[in-house]
Amino acid sequence: MITTLLDRWQFGVTTVYHFLFVPLTIGLALLVAIMQTIAYLRHDEDWDRASRFFGQIFLIGFIMGVVTGIVEEFQFGMNWSNYSVFVGNIFGAPLAIEGLLAFFMESTFIGLWIFGRDKLPARLHLATIWIVSFGTILSAFFILVANAWMQHPVGYTIVDHKALLTNFWVVLANSTVWAEFIHTVLAAFVTGGMFLLGVAAWKMLQGHDSAAFQKVARLAAVFTLVCVIGTVISGDVQARLMDQQQPMKMAAAEAQYTTQAGASFSVLTMWNLSGQPIFQLRIPHLLSLISDFSWDAAVPGIHQLQAAESRRYGAGNYTPIVWVTYWSFRLMVGLGFLMLAVAGWAVWLARRRRLQRSRWFLRVAVLSIAAPFLANTFGWLFTEVGRQPWVVEDLMKTAQAISPNVGLASVALTLGGFTALYTVLGVIDAMLVLRFARRPLVDADESAGSGHEPSLVY
Amino acid sequence: MPVASLNTAWFALIGLLWAGYFVLEGFDFGVGILTSLVAREEVERRLCLNSIGPTWDANEVWLLVAGGATFAAFPTWYATMFSGFYLALFLVLVGLIVRGVSIEFRGRRRSPAWRATWDRARFWGSLVPALLWGVAFTDLVHGLPIRPGGLYYGGLLGLVHPIAILGGLVSLSLFSLHGAVFLSAKTSGELAARARRWARWLAGPTVILTAGLLVWLGVSTSSTPVVDGLPAVVPLVLGALAVGAIALAFWATGRHRDGVAFAATAGAVLGLAAAAFSELFPRVMVSTVAGGSLTIWNAASAHETLFVMTVVAAIFTPFVLAYQGWSYWVFRQRLIRPPSPPVPPEWFGGGDAAGGTGPGRSQQGVGAGP
Repeated sequence: MITTLLDRWQFGVTTVYHFLFVPLTIGLALLVAIMQTIAYLRHDEDWDRASRFFGQIFLIGFIMGVVTGIVEEFQFGMNWSNYSVFVGNIFGAPLAIEGLLAFFMESTFIGLWIFGRDKLPARLHLATIWIVSFGTILSAFFILVANAWMQHPVGYTIVDHKALLTNFWVVLANSTVWAEFIHTVLAAFVTGGMFLLGVAAWKMLQGHDSAAFQKVARLAAVFTLVCVIGTVISGDVQARLMDQQQPMKMAAAEAQYTTQAGASFSVLTMWNLSGQPIFQLRIPHLLSLISDFSWDAAVPGIHQLQAAESRRYGAGNYTPIVWVTYWSFRLMVGLGFLMLAVAGWAVWLARRRRLQRSRWFLRVAVLSIAAPFLANTFGWLFTEVGRQPWVVEDLMKTAQAISPNVGLASVALTLGGFTALYTVLGVIDAMLVLRFARRPLVDADESAGSGHEPSLVY
Repeated sequence: MPVASLNTAWFALIGLLWAGYFVLEGFDFGVGILTSLVAREEVERRLCLNSIGPTWDANEVWLLVAGGATFAAFPTWYATMFSGFYLALFLVLVGLIVRGVSIEFRGRRRSPAWRATWDRARFWGSLVPALLWGVAFTDLVHGLPIRPGGLYYGGLLGLVHPIAILGGLVSLSLFSLHGAVFLSAKTSGELAARARRWARWLAGPTVILTAGLLVWLGVSTSSTPVVDGLPAVVPLVLGALAVGAIALAFWATGRHRDGVAFAATAGAVLGLAAAAFSELFPRVMVSTVAGGSLTIWNAASAHETLFVMTVVAAIFTPFVLAYQGWSYWVFRQRLIRPPSPPVPPEWFGGGDAAGGTGPGRSQQGVGAGP
């Protein structure tokens, strides 16, 4: 029991941590590629310096995503061997393909981008960072194919206590895949955009290279606004899919305890320590309106869903931790709308050429750097906690999925070890990002790179 | 059971992926270890680091693809091996994390204490996996008490059988040799000469350790003939070739034929990996418990999965090999010690008295630097 709890905590800690860096990597890879492209096309020194500046910060985060990613792949076999045997026929394939297609691409071309600036023709060097960006997006796609299958299994048949693949196209065409992929990647772009905007704002507040950073801020503002709008819309699409595919998750997200025609929307629900709701502020009919565009539509409730699943799958607790599901969903959405507001404000100011002078906006933009990271975390907490007790929806429970041969002491050791290591590295990483963000924009050294002398970049 | 099948093909492919991983990441480990031994000053340490700089990350991806392919094609093997080797893999992971971060972070501040700390991290982060991979694969071949159904309950202690420790020393010394030879081929002047000397010192012990391991494994596995396995002579010959390749490397370094030496150590790693996998076949994990061995049949995914994976691999692997090969071609030059600049450069954590120029260096902003 405790071992299972520690296994869960370890997966949660390592994955949330990994996903702090990955969206920033995906977002910044694209933005650095865009900046380097503008610099190349316009022969613009400001954009060249800016792309190098953010390129360095991108690299500091990229390595953290890479090293924590190895843990992710290994962890399924290490801590979740029962799960691995059950789903390997279907889940293993996208992971292997992710490595073959996306990781090789990212890692090879990042090396070419870092070290090849003087060796490769400018156009080819520019292509390398675009290929890295493409690789990061491809990587997201395949891992989400795997996760989407956990949320909504398709294209399988159960033989001999294992899920076997019947049709890979069906697994790829899973509606859940596309909703997750579009939403997650756009959210990653938002992460990069808000970070870019915030750092540019910070530099403008300090009066360092303001002209160049104003250009960056304008790009970041437009980019972020477009992507936030996309994230919100795709999030809505995803929620409606979840209504059908994972009704218990959505019932928990809304603290909807009983099936109700004309269901009210919870503005605020509070629970006592036993998990009983003790205070609810609700707006009548609003939930039915939001989820079904109808005044009287019935929204399934937790109690009824729990009873139905007990009948279908046997006695047990089929209800996730409601307050975590509820709050993580709301905080994610709330932060999303906050970012929409900030990005909208930024675009409005940018159009009036007033970014540099609006010191209140600049401060808000700096503080808003935290928003996408929090939203990403809440999003994953919502979708994974909301799926419980299932590790694969309706097919396998998380409690059945662990490695029975890995004992409490071992898991406790590795949980502690990873947490400690990640904490130390996270602090160092943040410190380095701050350091590099404080630097001035630097020129390319004209005398360097004669071509005969290989560069000592590291 | 038809041996010519997708199951066999994927066994071979996974063997190739692990072999490729050890050939490529092997010299990264070796360089990570050797740098602390052959480099005597800051610029030399940077030369060593930059020799693997462009390609180390892609080399590491071979591990992820090997692991992912194992998961997809043989889920029970993946589950049993990764849960069974739990704490050993944890140590490997910590090593890989620390090594990777040290490569990226080391140069980003000028502080000697900062760089020295990351140098130590890189050293241990390279040494621990280099040792443990040998332990793990020797355990695979030698056998572990895996219960029928595919679970190993022996913990970390059960993995440190003396033969596995020897296996760890073999991988450690061979990867170090491989790294030394790589450095002698990729650097120049005094630094390369020192690397060459280290290679010559390492060759002898490596031959002895490797031969010892092969003899011991040969003796301990000969008593249990494998059903449907390859002829016993195959792993024997591959192992002997590997030992011969190490001797070839020794000869080549003496003649300053650095390319030949590197091909030889790569061949040795390849030969040993091939020997291990050919000894395993058709099992994927050997069990000392009757009926407990995992095979290419009882540990595999069903046909549909193997088929899909085969199609994907067939289409994309040539691309991957092509652009990875091209990347090595782009960075094929030997690294030359840069001339001392009149002013220590600022960029990327700054330079040092002995040099370190490159793109994006700026002579300004000293006050704002780290």
